[in-house]
Amino acid sequence: MSERAKGSQRWGMVVDLDRCTGCQACVTACQVENNIPPPSPEAAARGRAIRWMDLVPYQEGEYPHLKLRLVPRPCMQCDNPPCIKVCPVGATTKGEDGIVAQIYARCIGCRYCTTACPYTLRYFNWYEPRWPGDLGQALNPDVSIRPKGVVEKCTFCHHRLQKARDRAAAEGRPILEGEYLPACAEACPTRAIAFGDLDDPGSEVAREARSPRAFRLLEDLGTEPKVYYLREGEA
Amino acid sequence: MSVRAQELEAPSPREASGRSEAAEAGAPDGFRDEALIAPVLTSTWRFWVMGAVLAAVALWGVNAYLVQFRWGLGVTGLNRPAYWGVYITNFVFFIGISHAGTLISAILRLARAEWRRAITRSAEVITVLVIFFGIGSILIDMGRPDRLLNILKHGRFQSPLLWDVVSVSTYLTGSTIYLFLPLIPDIAILRDRTTGVRHRLYRLLALGWTGTPRQHRALEILISIMAVVVIPIAVSVHTVVSFVFAMTIQPMWHSAIFGPYFVAGAIFSGIAALILAMALIRSVYGLHDYLKPIHFNYLGVLLLVMTLLWFYFTFSEYLVTFYGSEPVHMAVWWAKIAGPFAPAFWTMVACCFVIPLVILANRRTRTVAGTVVASLAVTVGMWLERWTIVVPSLSNPRLPGVAAHYFPTWVEWSIFAGAASMFALLYMGFTKVFPIVSIWEIREGRDAAVREVVERVRSYLPSGGGPVEGRAP
Repeated sequence: MSERAKGSQRWGMVVDLDRCTGCQACVTACQVENNIPPPSPEAAARGRAIRWMDLVPYQEGEYPHLKLRLVPRPCMQCDNPPCIKVCPVGATTKGEDGIVAQIYARCIGCRYCTTACPYTLRYFNWYEPRWPGDLGQALNPDVSIRPKGVVEKCTFCHHRLQKARDRAAAEGRPILEGEYLPACAEACPTRAIAFGDLDDPGSEVAREARSPRAFRLLEDLGTEPKVYYLREGEA
Repeated sequence: MSVRAQELEAPSPREASGRSEAAEAGAPDGFRDEALIAPVLTSTWRFWVMGAVLAAVALWGVNAYLVQFRWGLGVTGLNRPAYWGVYITNFVFFIGISHAGTLISAILRLARAEWRRAITRSAEVITVLVIFFGIGSILIDMGRPDRLLNILKHGRFQSPLLWDVVSVSTYLTGSTIYLFLPLIPDIAILRDRTTGVRHRLYRLLALGWTGTPRQHRALEILISIMAVVVIPIAVSVHTVVSFVFAMTIQPMWHSAIFGPYFVAGAIFSGIAALILAMALIRSVYGLHDYLKPIHFNYLGVLLLVMTLLWFYFTFSEYLVTFYGSEPVHMAVWWAKIAGPFAPAFWTMVACCFVIPLVILANRRTRTVAGTVVASLAVTVGMWLERWTIVVPSLSNPRLPGVAAHYFPTWVEWSIFAGAASMFALLYMGFTKVFPIVSIWEIREGRDAAVREVVERVRSYLPSGGGPVEGRAP
């Protein structure tokens, strides 16, 4: 937090688990937005699927007091990311905006970051990416395609931030709330995913992150994630 | 400590005199150690058959790697969350084996263990050759081997992998010098006995060695310096190898004893590999007169010490985790003790502790055959130890929803077999270019060391009662 330049934003996300219906619109929107090829069922069964945004079932308690929770899980965008520390070539970095990025052209594919991430939220390109049918004709021109052998991860749709920033700069104003949204937040039909500047006290995410319902995953590890969740059962 | 105690026994008068008599009796035209030169200058058909078999397996491994290079790491069994598997296991294993040579040889030299003379060379060669396969395992594991130079261009010292790069390359350099220095006088012997291309090669490598007292003194000093220098380097190597795991916060990796645990394991597997290599050399080249049961006995004692040390570390590691009972750590703990990794774990315990302890603690079974069986067990067990460190932690991540079973594919097994075969092939090749037992050191032992040791032992004793100091012959 301390290294943040004055006047810049700290982008974060708050997922309201009470609102989430588990529809997976966020997962699909992410795949399409970020040019992630859909995995074959065999590849998915072998743990080879790439899903920057994933809907993960959490089982709580034991039978008969069993509860299943579905949790949308993007990269936690830690303020203190264990993945960056271990990269031998600086292929993963955290910018001024606090977003943990991956430099695909520099990554040597050693997969040290993927093993160091306590959330296991980094993905490796086991093969050259391939799209079924003519899906490969409809790629997003704003997002580069990752070659085989490199690591990739959720970027909070960083390309959208760049566009919003350029637009704001051209009009000589700061980025407005809601002007920059990742594809998952935009696609969510129940508006369970709030996104914005955690350092702007008036923003929705800053308000919700201070809610007594708010928690973060593996908070005790000190990784300081910028993805918050709002506990279920209030509504 | 044990080394010093043994060293006093080693050149007992009975044995020393027996050795020189035997050597003198069978010495043609004044050259006593013909048996050490013979394997370099002549090869039997069995050598070529064995070499061809190893080369075939090595080529098969190369083929498997080409398949992986063409299609990507998808041809392995790796997945999310088991991002590391056989290759990283092999990296730790091979670098561990490399501690056979340089470290053991340096310690024995510095401890003035006279029984080292016949075994140091074969140990040092293991080190230098096997390091290439340790480094190779990392390169094979890389998703983008074509970007290897990024490590120099964009290297970040915050990453433990960079510590490895620095440490292992220093180790390779130091070990190569440490192997080469004691080779010089032997190369000069070969230079004087060969003609043609070989002669020219040896003349180049002998660096003008003529065996003058001045040259000998310079060589001794350089060897002593290198022996001291390589020890901290070797210790640092396996320490930083362990740091690759220990620096992350993953369950059962994030452990403060990983450095010493890995170093002890490395020396353990290194001694085992050395015993296996010596047994092979001894039977294939008929060097029974040089590599004697006493050598296997002493190395067996060292292996026994490391067996106990290994058990101590392993016991501490697992007890501490169990007593603390943190759920994420216990998930990995149970996966090893009674879960999917239990077969590997308990085989490891049998191979690294039960089998070597039973064989080596008993003087009657600490024979050549006995130490070879124990060493085979330790080698297998130590590979499994690395396996049960690398894979279970990754297979049991903190958060649910990520689960996949990892088992290596034919590509990974083929590359493993190819690497092991290529190592054996290179080792065989070395014995055809250089003597695998140091000729000049054996001679020096025969000519000077017996007297030196007698004087040294005398200097340990109180001067009163025995022969007056200064008057000793």
